[in-house]
Amino acid sequence: MTYTFGLDTFGDRNAGADGRPLSHAQTIRNVVEEGVFAEQAGVDFFGIGEHHTDYFPMPAGDVALAAIAARTERIRLGSAVTVLSSDDPVRVFQRYSTLNAVSGGRAEVILGRGSSIESFPLFGYDLADYEELFEEKAALFAELLKGGPVTWDGKTRASLLNQDVVPHTESGPFPAWIGVGGSPQSVVRAARLGFSLMLAIIGGPPARFAAYSELFQRALEKFGRPPLPVGVHSPGHVAATDEQARAEFWPRWRDIIALVADERGFAIPTEESLDRETGPHGALYVGSPETVAQKIATSLRTLGATRFDLKYGMPGLTHEQLLTNIELYGHQVIPRVRELLS
Amino acid sequence: MGELSRLAVLGAGHVGPVIARLAVRAGYPVAIATSGDPEDIALITELVVPGARPRWAADAVTDAGIVVLAIPLHRFLDLDPGLLNGKIVVDAMNYWPASDGVLKPFTGGTSSEIVARRLAGSSVVKALNHIGYHELEDRAQPAGAPDRRATGVAGDDPAAVATIAGLVDRVGYDPVRLANLRAGRVLQPGGPVFGTVLTLPDFERAVRQDARSLT
Repeated sequence: MTYTFGLDTFGDRNAGADGRPLSHAQTIRNVVEEGVFAEQAGVDFFGIGEHHTDYFPMPAGDVALAAIAARTERIRLGSAVTVLSSDDPVRVFQRYSTLNAVSGGRAEVILGRGSSIESFPLFGYDLADYEELFEEKAALFAELLKGGPVTWDGKTRASLLNQDVVPHTESGPFPAWIGVGGSPQSVVRAARLGFSLMLAIIGGPPARFAAYSELFQRALEKFGRPPLPVGVHSPGHVAATDEQARAEFWPRWRDIIALVADERGFAIPTEESLDRETGPHGALYVGSPETVAQKIATSLRTLGATRFDLKYGMPGLTHEQLLTNIELYGHQVIPRVRELLS
Repeated sequence: MGELSRLAVLGAGHVGPVIARLAVRAGYPVAIATSGDPEDIALITELVVPGARPRWAADAVTDAGIVVLAIPLHRFLDLDPGLLNGKIVVDAMNYWPASDGVLKPFTGGTSSEIVARRLAGSSVVKALNHIGYHELEDRAQPAGAPDRRATGVAGDDPAAVATIAGLVDRVGYDPVRLANLRAGRVLQPGGPVFGTVLTLPDFERAVRQDARSLT
Protein backbone atom coordinates (compact mmCIF):
# COMPACT_ATOMS: atom_id res chain seq x y z
CA MET A 1 0.00 0.00 0.00
CA THR A 2 1.34 3.44 -0.90
CA TYR A 3 0.57 6.14 1.61
CA THR A 4 0.77 9.88 0.99
CA PHE A 5 1.16 12.52 3.66
CA GLY A 6 0.35 16.17 3.24
CA LEU A 7 0.09 19.46 5.05
CA ASP A 8 -2.76 21.93 4.53
CA THR A 9 -2.97 25.58 5.51
CA PHE A 10 -5.70 28.21 5.25
CA GLY A 11 -3.09 30.97 5.41
CA ASP A 12 -3.80 31.21 9.13
CA ARG A 13 -2.60 34.68 10.05
CA ASN A 14 0.68 34.40 11.93
CA ALA A 15 1.58 36.21 15.12
CA GLY A 16 4.96 37.88 15.51
CA ALA A 17 7.33 37.25 18.42
CA ASP A 18 5.46 39.94 20.38
CA GLY A 19 2.16 38.07 19.93
CA ARG A 20 0.67 40.69 17.60
CA PRO A 21 -0.70 39.64 14.21
CA LEU A 22 1.63 39.90 11.25
CA SER A 23 0.37 41.54 8.06
CA HIS A 24 -1.57 39.55 5.48
CA ALA A 25 1.36 39.97 3.09
CA GLN A 26 3.94 38.65 5.56
CA THR A 27 1.67 35.71 6.41
CA ILE A 28 1.45 34.81 2.72
CA ARG A 29 5.24 35.06 2.30
CA ASN A 30 5.57 32.79 5.34
CA VAL A 31 3.20 30.26 3.76
CA VAL A 32 5.50 30.15 0.71
CA GLU A 33 8.49 29.51 3.00
CA GLU A 34 6.53 26.81 4.82
CA GLY A 35 5.68 25.09 1.54
CA VAL A 36 9.33 25.08 0.46
CA PHE A 37 10.36 23.85 3.90
CA ALA A 38 7.72 21.08 3.76
CA GLU A 39 9.48 19.60 0.73
CA GLN A 40 12.83 19.72 2.55
CA ALA A 41 11.21 17.95 5.52
CA GLY A 42 9.99 15.12 3.28
CA VAL A 43 6.28 15.96 3.11
CA ASP A 44 4.49 14.63 -0.02
CA PHE A 45 1.81 17.28 -0.54
CA PHE A 46 1.22 20.92 0.38
CA GLY A 47 -2.31 22.28 0.14
CA ILE A 48 -3.77 25.75 0.52
CA GLY A 49 -7.43 26.22 1.39
CA GLU A 50 -9.40 29.14 -0.03
CA HIS A 51 -10.59 31.65 2.54
CA HIS A 52 -11.51 35.32 2.43
CA THR A 53 -11.16 36.58 6.00
CA ASP A 54 -8.85 38.71 8.10
CA TYR A 55 -7.72 35.63 10.05
CA PHE A 56 -7.37 33.41 6.92
CA PRO A 57 -6.28 35.98 4.28
CA MET A 58 -5.83 33.39 1.51
CA PRO A 59 -8.29 33.85 -1.37
CA ALA A 60 -5.82 33.10 -4.19
CA GLY A 61 -3.79 30.20 -2.88
CA ASP A 62 -2.89 29.04 -6.38
CA VAL A 63 -0.66 32.12 -6.75
CA ALA A 64 1.23 31.16 -3.58
CA LEU A 65 1.40 27.55 -4.81
CA ALA A 66 3.05 28.75 -8.03
CA ALA A 67 5.70 30.54 -5.98
CA ILE A 68 6.32 27.32 -4.04
CA ALA A 69 6.43 25.36 -7.30
CA ALA A 70 9.22 27.59 -8.60
CA ARG A 71 11.38 26.74 -5.59
CA THR A 72 10.65 23.02 -5.24
CA GLU A 73 11.04 19.88 -7.31
CA ARG A 74 9.16 17.02 -5.77
CA ILE A 75 6.34 18.08 -3.44
CA ARG A 76 2.81 17.92 -4.86
CA LEU A 77 0.83 21.16 -4.66
CA GLY A 78 -2.89 21.75 -4.54
CA SER A 79 -5.96 23.41 -3.13
CA ALA A 80 -7.50 22.30 0.16
CA VAL A 81 -10.19 23.22 -0.76
CA THR A 82 -11.25 25.27 -3.76
CA VAL A 83 -14.75 26.63 -3.12
CA LEU A 84 -15.97 25.50 -6.53
CA SER A 85 -19.59 26.63 -6.08
CA SER A 86 -18.65 30.30 -6.02
CA ASP A 87 -15.97 29.99 -8.70
CA ASP A 88 -15.97 29.25 -12.41
CA PRO A 89 -14.96 25.65 -13.13
CA VAL A 90 -13.28 26.70 -16.37
CA ARG A 91 -11.18 29.26 -14.50
CA VAL A 92 -10.33 26.80 -11.72
CA PHE A 93 -9.24 24.25 -14.32
CA GLN A 94 -7.12 26.88 -16.09
CA ARG A 95 -5.43 28.03 -12.89
CA TYR A 96 -4.58 24.50 -11.75
CA SER A 97 -3.54 23.26 -15.17
CA THR A 98 -1.26 26.32 -15.28
CA LEU A 99 0.10 25.32 -11.86
CA ASN A 100 0.49 21.82 -13.26
CA ALA A 101 2.57 23.26 -16.10
CA VAL A 102 4.69 25.49 -13.83
CA SER A 103 5.35 22.63 -11.40
CA GLY A 104 6.07 19.97 -14.00
CA GLY A 105 2.93 17.93 -13.29
CA ARG A 106 2.63 18.31 -9.52
CA ALA A 107 -0.81 19.97 -9.27
CA GLU A 108 -3.86 18.58 -7.52
CA VAL A 109 -7.20 20.07 -6.64
CA ILE A 110 -9.65 19.38 -3.83
CA LEU A 111 -13.10 20.74 -4.57
CA GLY A 112 -15.67 21.44 -1.90
CA ARG A 113 -17.30 23.96 0.28
CA GLY A 114 -14.74 23.66 3.02
CA SER A 115 -16.45 25.36 5.89
CA SER A 116 -16.13 28.58 4.08
CA ILE A 117 -19.22 30.58 3.24
CA GLU A 118 -17.82 34.07 2.89
CA SER A 119 -17.12 33.63 -0.83
CA PHE A 120 -20.86 33.40 -1.60
CA PRO A 121 -21.89 36.97 -0.78
CA LEU A 122 -18.48 38.21 -1.96
CA PHE A 123 -19.02 36.88 -5.47
CA GLY A 124 -22.78 37.35 -5.58
CA TYR A 125 -23.97 33.79 -5.03
CA ASP A 126 -26.89 32.70 -2.87
CA LEU A 127 -26.04 30.05 -0.29
CA ALA A 128 -29.48 28.53 -0.82
CA ASP A 129 -28.29 27.55 -4.33
CA TYR A 130 -25.27 25.73 -2.94
CA GLU A 131 -26.30 22.22 -3.94
CA GLU A 132 -27.24 23.05 -7.52
CA LEU A 133 -24.10 25.14 -7.99
CA PHE A 134 -21.83 22.41 -6.70
CA GLU A 135 -23.51 19.59 -8.59
CA GLU A 136 -23.36 21.38 -11.94
CA LYS A 137 -19.90 22.80 -11.52
CA ALA A 138 -18.37 19.55 -10.27
CA ALA A 139 -19.84 17.73 -13.26
CA LEU A 140 -18.36 20.34 -15.61
CA PHE A 141 -15.01 20.14 -13.84
CA ALA A 142 -14.98 16.37 -14.36
CA GLU A 143 -15.50 16.99 -18.10
CA LEU A 144 -12.72 19.59 -18.23
CA LEU A 145 -10.30 17.21 -16.52
CA LYS A 146 -10.67 14.66 -19.30
CA GLY A 147 -9.01 17.08 -21.73
CA GLY A 148 -10.24 17.66 -25.27
CA PRO A 149 -13.06 19.89 -26.45
CA VAL A 150 -15.93 20.31 -23.98
CA THR A 151 -19.61 20.67 -24.77
CA TRP A 152 -21.68 21.60 -21.74
CA ASP A 153 -24.97 23.24 -20.95
CA GLY A 154 -26.33 24.26 -17.56
CA LYS A 155 -27.81 27.03 -15.46
CA THR A 156 -24.80 28.20 -13.52
CA ARG A 157 -22.45 29.47 -16.24
CA ALA A 158 -22.34 30.12 -19.96
CA SER A 159 -22.71 27.08 -22.21
CA LEU A 160 -19.68 25.56 -23.92
CA LEU A 161 -19.83 24.20 -27.45
CA ASN A 162 -16.92 22.06 -28.53
CA GLN A 163 -14.71 24.42 -26.53
CA ASP A 164 -10.97 23.83 -26.36
CA VAL A 165 -9.94 24.88 -22.84
CA VAL A 166 -6.23 25.62 -22.41
CA PRO A 167 -3.62 24.98 -21.19
CA HIS A 168 -3.75 21.29 -22.03
CA THR A 169 -2.13 18.99 -19.50
CA GLU A 170 0.87 16.99 -20.67
CA SER A 171 -0.02 13.62 -19.22
CA GLY A 172 -3.73 13.30 -18.61
CA PRO A 173 -5.86 14.61 -15.78
CA PHE A 174 -4.21 15.83 -12.58
CA PRO A 175 -5.51 14.29 -9.33
CA ALA A 176 -8.85 15.74 -8.28
CA TRP A 177 -10.73 15.12 -5.06
CA ILE A 178 -14.03 16.14 -3.57
CA GLY A 179 -13.89 17.14 0.09
CA VAL A 180 -16.82 15.74 2.07
CA GLY A 181 -17.81 16.76 5.58
CA GLY A 182 -20.42 14.18 6.48
CA SER A 183 -23.16 13.88 3.88
CA PRO A 184 -23.39 10.39 2.38
CA GLN A 185 -25.01 11.91 -0.71
CA SER A 186 -21.81 13.91 -1.28
CA VAL A 187 -19.82 10.66 -1.03
CA VAL A 188 -21.98 9.07 -3.72
CA ARG A 189 -21.66 12.16 -5.90
CA ALA A 190 -17.85 12.00 -5.73
CA ALA A 191 -18.01 8.38 -6.89
CA ARG A 192 -20.53 9.12 -9.61
CA LEU A 193 -18.37 11.90 -11.08
CA GLY A 194 -15.13 9.95 -10.66
CA PHE A 195 -13.37 12.13 -8.07
CA SER A 196 -11.26 10.75 -5.24
CA LEU A 197 -12.75 11.20 -1.77
CA MET A 198 -11.23 13.51 0.86
CA LEU A 199 -12.96 13.11 4.21
CA ALA A 200 -12.79 16.38 6.13
CA ILE A 201 -12.98 15.28 9.75
CA ILE A 202 -12.83 18.29 12.02
CA GLY A 203 -14.90 17.16 15.00
CA GLY A 204 -16.10 13.96 16.63
CA PRO A 205 -14.77 10.42 16.29
CA PRO A 206 -13.04 9.64 12.95
CA ALA A 207 -14.35 6.06 13.08
CA ARG A 208 -17.86 7.26 12.25
CA PHE A 209 -16.56 7.88 8.70
CA ALA A 210 -15.63 4.24 8.13
CA ALA A 211 -19.03 3.52 6.58
CA TYR A 212 -18.45 6.43 4.16
CA SER A 213 -15.22 4.93 2.92
CA GLU A 214 -16.99 1.65 2.20
CA LEU A 215 -19.92 3.53 0.67
CA PHE A 216 -17.48 5.29 -1.67
CA GLN A 217 -15.88 2.09 -2.92
CA ARG A 218 -19.23 0.36 -3.34
CA ALA A 219 -20.62 3.37 -5.19
CA LEU A 220 -17.60 3.37 -7.52
CA GLU A 221 -18.35 -0.28 -8.32
CA LYS A 222 -21.98 0.55 -8.93
CA PHE A 223 -21.02 3.30 -11.38
CA GLY A 224 -18.56 0.98 -13.10
CA ARG A 225 -15.49 2.94 -12.05
CA PRO A 226 -12.14 1.60 -10.85
CA PRO A 227 -11.23 2.00 -7.16
CA LEU A 228 -10.05 5.51 -6.17
CA PRO A 229 -8.18 6.64 -3.08
CA VAL A 230 -9.75 7.92 0.14
CA GLY A 231 -7.95 10.63 2.11
CA VAL A 232 -8.42 12.28 5.49
CA HIS A 233 -8.02 15.97 6.25
CA SER A 234 -7.94 16.93 9.93
CA PRO A 235 -6.54 19.78 12.03
CA GLY A 236 -3.65 19.42 14.44
CA HIS A 237 -0.39 20.69 15.81
CA VAL A 238 2.87 18.87 16.48
CA ALA A 239 5.47 20.04 19.00
CA ALA A 240 8.26 18.36 20.95
CA THR A 241 5.97 17.15 23.73
CA ASP A 242 2.24 16.60 24.21
CA GLU A 243 2.18 19.37 26.82
CA GLN A 244 3.88 21.90 24.57
CA ALA A 245 1.69 21.09 21.56
CA ARG A 246 -1.43 21.44 23.66
CA ALA A 247 -0.28 24.70 25.29
CA GLU A 248 0.46 26.25 21.89
CA PHE A 249 -2.67 24.95 20.18
CA TRP A 250 -5.37 25.40 22.81
CA PRO A 251 -5.72 29.21 23.12
CA ARG A 252 -5.59 29.66 19.33
CA TRP A 253 -8.12 26.91 18.66
CA ARG A 254 -10.41 28.26 21.39
CA ASP A 255 -10.22 31.79 19.97
CA ILE A 256 -10.82 30.86 16.33
CA ILE A 257 -13.70 28.50 17.10
CA ALA A 258 -15.26 31.15 19.36
CA LEU A 259 -14.93 33.65 16.51
CA VAL A 260 -16.69 31.42 13.94
CA ALA A 261 -19.05 29.72 16.43
CA ASP A 262 -22.07 31.72 15.33
CA GLU A 263 -21.85 31.00 11.64
CA ARG A 264 -20.74 27.41 12.08
CA GLY A 265 -22.98 26.44 15.01
CA PHE A 266 -20.03 25.40 17.13
CA ALA A 267 -20.11 25.51 20.89
CA ILE A 268 -17.36 27.60 22.47
CA PRO A 269 -14.55 25.11 23.16
CA THR A 270 -13.80 24.10 26.72
CA GLU A 271 -10.82 22.22 28.12
CA GLU A 272 -13.17 19.23 28.26
CA SER A 273 -13.96 19.45 24.54
CA LEU A 274 -10.24 19.84 23.82
CA ASP A 275 -9.59 16.66 25.79
CA ARG A 276 -12.24 14.81 23.79
CA GLU A 277 -11.01 16.02 20.43
CA THR A 278 -7.30 15.47 21.13
CA GLY A 279 -7.93 12.08 22.75
CA PRO A 280 -7.92 8.77 20.89
CA HIS A 281 -11.52 9.21 19.68
CA GLY A 282 -11.37 12.84 18.65
CA ALA A 283 -10.66 14.64 15.39
CA LEU A 284 -7.64 16.75 16.43
CA TYR A 285 -4.05 15.55 16.00
CA VAL A 286 -2.30 17.56 18.71
CA GLY A 287 0.76 16.30 20.52
CA SER A 288 4.26 14.92 20.29
CA PRO A 289 5.34 13.18 17.08
CA GLU A 290 4.65 9.76 18.62
CA THR A 291 1.15 10.71 19.82
CA VAL A 292 0.20 12.18 16.46
CA ALA A 293 1.74 9.31 14.48
CA GLN A 294 -0.18 6.68 16.47
CA LYS A 295 -3.43 8.52 15.93
CA ILE A 296 -2.88 9.01 12.19
CA ALA A 297 -2.02 5.33 11.75
CA THR A 298 -5.18 4.30 13.60
CA SER A 299 -7.36 6.62 11.54
CA LEU A 300 -5.94 5.49 8.20
CA ARG A 301 -6.43 1.85 9.16
CA THR A 302 -9.95 2.40 10.48
CA LEU A 303 -11.04 4.38 7.44
CA GLY A 304 -9.30 2.38 4.72
CA ALA A 305 -7.57 5.61 3.68
CA THR A 306 -4.18 6.00 2.00
CA ARG A 307 -3.74 9.74 2.27
CA PHE A 308 -3.54 11.97 5.35
CA ASP A 309 -3.40 15.76 5.21
CA LEU A 310 -2.73 17.53 8.50
CA LYS A 311 -4.23 20.99 8.56
CA TYR A 312 -1.43 22.69 10.47
CA GLY A 313 -1.38 26.13 12.03
CA MET A 314 -3.98 28.30 13.70
CA PRO A 315 -4.27 32.07 13.61
CA GLY A 316 -1.95 33.42 16.31
CA LEU A 317 0.77 30.77 16.10
CA THR A 318 4.17 32.06 15.00
CA HIS A 319 5.96 31.18 11.77
CA GLU A 320 8.69 29.55 13.89
CA GLN A 321 6.17 27.32 15.68
CA LEU A 322 4.78 26.28 12.31
CA LEU A 323 8.24 25.46 10.96
CA THR A 324 8.86 23.27 14.01
CA ASN A 325 5.51 21.57 13.38
CA ILE A 326 6.47 20.94 9.74
CA GLU A 327 9.92 19.66 10.66
CA LEU A 328 8.55 17.21 13.24
CA TYR A 329 5.75 16.08 10.92
CA GLY A 330 8.12 15.45 8.02
CA HIS A 331 11.10 13.98 9.86
CA GLN A 332 9.36 12.05 12.64
CA VAL A 333 5.59 11.67 12.24
CA ILE A 334 5.51 10.52 8.60
CA PRO A 335 8.27 7.88 8.91
CA ARG A 336 6.71 6.62 12.13
CA VAL A 337 3.24 6.28 10.55
CA ARG A 338 4.77 4.42 7.60
CA GLU A 339 6.49 2.09 10.07
CA LEU A 340 3.24 1.53 12.02
CA LEU A 341 1.33 0.74 8.85
CA SER A 342 3.92 -1.55 7.29
CA MET B 1 -46.55 -0.40 26.29
CA GLY B 2 -47.42 -0.96 22.64
CA GLU B 3 -45.29 -1.05 19.55
CA LEU B 4 -43.17 1.94 18.71
CA SER B 5 -44.47 4.27 15.98
CA ARG B 6 -43.16 3.90 12.48
CA LEU B 7 -40.70 6.64 11.63
CA ALA B 8 -40.23 8.31 8.26
CA VAL B 9 -36.99 10.27 8.06
CA LEU B 10 -37.03 12.75 5.18
CA GLY B 11 -33.50 13.67 4.17
CA ALA B 12 -30.35 11.64 3.49
CA GLY B 13 -27.80 14.43 3.96
CA HIS B 14 -25.78 15.19 7.07
CA VAL B 15 -28.55 14.88 9.64
CA GLY B 16 -31.18 12.41 8.37
CA PRO B 17 -29.00 9.28 8.38
CA VAL B 18 -27.75 10.04 11.91
CA ILE B 19 -31.28 10.35 13.32
CA ALA B 20 -32.38 7.29 11.35
CA ARG B 21 -29.49 5.26 12.73
CA LEU B 22 -30.25 6.28 16.30
CA ALA B 23 -33.93 5.40 15.82
CA VAL B 24 -33.15 1.99 14.30
CA ARG B 25 -30.90 1.26 17.25
CA ALA B 26 -33.70 2.29 19.64
CA GLY B 27 -36.00 -0.26 18.01
CA TYR B 28 -38.18 1.94 15.80
CA PRO B 29 -39.19 0.73 12.35
CA VAL B 30 -37.54 3.36 10.14
CA ALA B 31 -37.98 4.38 6.52
CA ILE B 32 -35.73 6.98 4.91
CA ALA B 33 -36.65 9.05 1.89
CA THR B 34 -35.51 11.96 -0.24
CA SER B 35 -37.34 13.91 -2.89
CA GLY B 36 -36.25 11.31 -5.44
CA ASP B 37 -36.18 7.59 -6.24
CA PRO B 38 -35.41 5.30 -3.26
CA GLU B 39 -33.05 3.40 -5.57
CA ASP B 40 -30.75 6.46 -5.41
CA ILE B 41 -30.29 6.02 -1.66
CA ALA B 42 -30.37 2.21 -1.53
CA LEU B 43 -26.61 1.94 -1.15
CA ILE B 44 -26.47 4.76 1.40
CA THR B 45 -29.18 3.08 3.43
CA GLU B 46 -27.56 -0.34 3.28
CA LEU B 47 -24.15 0.90 4.43
CA VAL B 48 -24.86 4.00 6.50
CA VAL B 49 -28.30 3.26 7.98
CA PRO B 50 -28.47 -0.53 8.10
CA GLY B 51 -31.88 -1.69 9.26
CA ALA B 52 -33.76 1.21 7.71
CA ARG B 53 -35.72 0.95 4.47
CA PRO B 54 -35.35 3.36 1.55
CA ARG B 55 -38.76 4.37 0.23
CA TRP B 56 -40.55 6.98 -1.81
CA ALA B 57 -41.35 9.91 0.49
CA ALA B 58 -45.11 9.62 0.03
CA ASP B 59 -45.09 5.89 0.92
CA ALA B 60 -42.79 6.37 3.91
CA VAL B 61 -44.94 9.19 5.27
CA THR B 62 -48.27 7.42 4.70
CA ASP B 63 -47.20 4.45 6.82
CA ALA B 64 -45.49 6.52 9.53
CA GLY B 65 -46.76 7.88 12.82
CA ILE B 66 -43.77 10.19 13.19
CA VAL B 67 -42.14 12.10 10.34
CA VAL B 68 -38.70 13.60 10.88
CA LEU B 69 -37.86 16.59 8.67
CA ALA B 70 -34.09 16.56 8.13
CA ILE B 71 -33.94 18.49 4.87
CA PRO B 72 -32.54 21.95 4.14
CA LEU B 73 -35.12 24.52 5.11
CA HIS B 74 -35.38 25.92 1.58
CA ARG B 75 -36.34 22.46 0.35
CA PHE B 76 -39.08 22.32 2.98
CA LEU B 77 -40.84 25.05 1.03
CA ASP B 78 -41.21 22.57 -1.87
CA LEU B 79 -42.81 19.91 0.33
CA ASP B 80 -46.56 19.31 -0.04
CA PRO B 81 -48.07 20.09 3.40
CA GLY B 82 -51.05 17.81 2.68
CA LEU B 83 -48.71 14.83 2.67
CA LEU B 84 -48.05 15.33 6.37
CA ASN B 85 -51.65 15.75 7.54
CA GLY B 86 -52.40 13.96 10.78
CA LYS B 87 -48.74 13.17 11.47
CA ILE B 88 -46.49 14.09 14.32
CA VAL B 89 -43.74 16.01 12.57
CA VAL B 90 -40.32 16.44 14.16
CA ASP B 91 -38.75 19.66 12.90
CA ALA B 92 -35.01 18.97 13.04
CA MET B 93 -34.31 21.80 10.60
CA ASN B 94 -32.74 25.13 11.36
CA TYR B 95 -33.00 28.62 9.95
CA TRP B 96 -29.39 29.55 10.01
CA PRO B 97 -28.70 32.51 7.73
CA ALA B 98 -25.00 32.75 8.59
CA SER B 99 -24.48 29.21 7.39
CA ASP B 100 -27.15 28.66 4.74
CA GLY B 101 -28.14 32.12 3.53
CA VAL B 102 -31.22 34.27 4.06
CA LEU B 103 -34.66 32.76 3.36
CA LYS B 104 -37.33 35.45 3.26
CA PRO B 105 -40.26 33.28 4.47
CA PHE B 106 -38.31 32.59 7.66
CA THR B 107 -37.13 36.09 8.52
CA GLY B 108 -39.83 36.78 11.16
CA GLY B 109 -40.63 34.59 14.19
CA THR B 110 -39.22 31.22 15.13
CA SER B 111 -38.59 28.86 12.24
CA SER B 112 -40.62 26.05 13.80
CA GLU B 113 -43.69 28.26 14.18
CA ILE B 114 -43.42 29.12 10.50
CA VAL B 115 -43.05 25.42 9.70
CA ALA B 116 -46.10 24.69 11.87
CA ARG B 117 -48.19 27.34 10.10
CA ARG B 118 -47.47 25.66 6.77
CA LEU B 119 -48.23 22.23 8.25
CA ALA B 120 -51.57 23.19 9.79
CA GLY B 121 -52.83 19.59 9.67
CA SER B 122 -49.82 18.18 11.56
CA SER B 123 -48.54 18.35 15.13
CA VAL B 124 -45.13 19.97 14.84
CA VAL B 125 -42.50 19.35 17.52
CA LYS B 126 -39.09 20.99 17.40
CA ALA B 127 -36.43 18.48 18.47
CA LEU B 128 -33.06 16.98 17.53
CA ASN B 129 -32.05 20.22 15.80
CA HIS B 130 -29.57 21.75 18.20
CA ILE B 131 -26.88 19.08 18.66
CA GLY B 132 -24.43 18.91 15.76
CA TYR B 133 -24.88 15.91 13.47
CA HIS B 134 -21.28 14.92 14.10
CA GLU B 135 -21.97 14.67 17.83
CA LEU B 136 -25.56 13.47 17.98
CA GLU B 137 -24.68 9.81 17.79
CA ASP B 138 -21.44 9.91 19.73
CA ARG B 139 -23.02 11.59 22.75
CA ALA B 140 -26.14 9.41 23.00
CA GLN B 141 -26.25 7.34 26.18
CA PRO B 142 -28.76 5.02 27.83
CA ALA B 143 -31.14 6.37 30.47
CA GLY B 144 -29.51 6.63 33.86
CA ALA B 145 -25.95 7.15 32.57
CA PRO B 146 -24.29 9.52 35.05
CA ASP B 147 -23.34 12.24 32.56
CA ARG B 148 -26.15 11.69 30.08
CA ARG B 149 -26.83 14.73 27.91
CA ALA B 150 -30.10 16.57 27.47
CA THR B 151 -31.96 17.83 24.44
CA GLY B 152 -34.95 20.12 24.07
CA VAL B 153 -38.44 19.19 22.87
CA ALA B 154 -40.86 22.00 22.05
CA GLY B 155 -44.41 21.84 20.74
CA ASP B 156 -47.98 23.03 21.24
CA ASP B 157 -49.63 19.59 21.28
CA PRO B 158 -48.88 17.90 24.64
CA ALA B 159 -49.53 14.38 23.35
CA ALA B 160 -47.15 14.88 20.42
CA VAL B 161 -44.55 16.40 22.72
CA ALA B 162 -44.84 13.37 25.01
CA THR B 163 -44.35 11.01 22.06
CA ILE B 164 -41.24 12.86 20.90
CA ALA B 165 -39.89 13.14 24.44
CA GLY B 166 -40.16 9.34 24.50
CA LEU B 167 -38.30 9.10 21.18
CA VAL B 168 -35.53 11.38 22.40
CA ASP B 169 -35.22 9.39 25.61
CA ARG B 170 -35.02 6.08 23.74
CA VAL B 171 -32.37 7.30 21.32
CA GLY B 172 -30.16 8.46 24.16
CA TYR B 173 -30.93 11.87 25.62
CA ASP B 174 -32.75 13.32 28.62
CA PRO B 175 -35.70 15.18 27.09
CA VAL B 176 -36.34 18.73 28.30
CA ARG B 177 -39.92 19.78 27.52
CA LEU B 178 -40.20 23.46 26.77
CA ALA B 179 -43.42 25.41 27.36
CA ASN B 180 -44.57 25.51 23.73
CA LEU B 181 -43.34 25.71 20.16
CA ARG B 182 -42.43 29.37 20.55
CA ALA B 183 -40.25 28.58 23.56
CA GLY B 184 -38.31 26.33 21.20
CA ARG B 185 -36.50 29.47 20.07
CA VAL B 186 -33.85 28.65 22.70
CA LEU B 187 -32.96 25.65 20.54
CA GLN B 188 -32.42 27.73 17.39
CA PRO B 189 -29.16 29.10 16.01
CA GLY B 190 -28.16 31.99 18.26
CA GLY B 191 -30.08 30.46 21.19
CA PRO B 192 -28.30 29.43 24.41
CA VAL B 193 -28.15 25.68 23.73
CA PHE B 194 -27.65 25.60 19.96
CA GLY B 195 -24.48 23.68 19.13
CA THR B 196 -23.99 22.55 22.74
CA VAL B 197 -24.27 19.09 24.28
CA LEU B 198 -25.13 19.74 27.94
CA THR B 199 -26.17 17.62 30.90
CA LEU B 200 -29.69 18.15 32.20
CA PRO B 201 -28.74 20.59 35.01
CA ASP B 202 -26.48 22.61 32.68
CA PHE B 203 -29.14 22.62 29.96
CA GLU B 204 -31.81 23.88 32.37
CA ARG B 205 -29.46 26.53 33.74
CA ALA B 206 -28.56 27.75 30.23
CA VAL B 207 -32.21 27.96 29.23
CA ARG B 208 -33.23 29.69 32.47
CA GLN B 209 -30.53 32.29 32.06
CA ASP B 210 -31.83 33.11 28.63
CA ALA B 211 -34.66 35.60 29.11
CA ARG B 212 -36.18 34.66 25.76
CA SER B 213 -37.29 31.29 27.06
CA LEU B 214 -39.59 33.00 29.57
CA THR B 215 -41.79 34.74 27.03
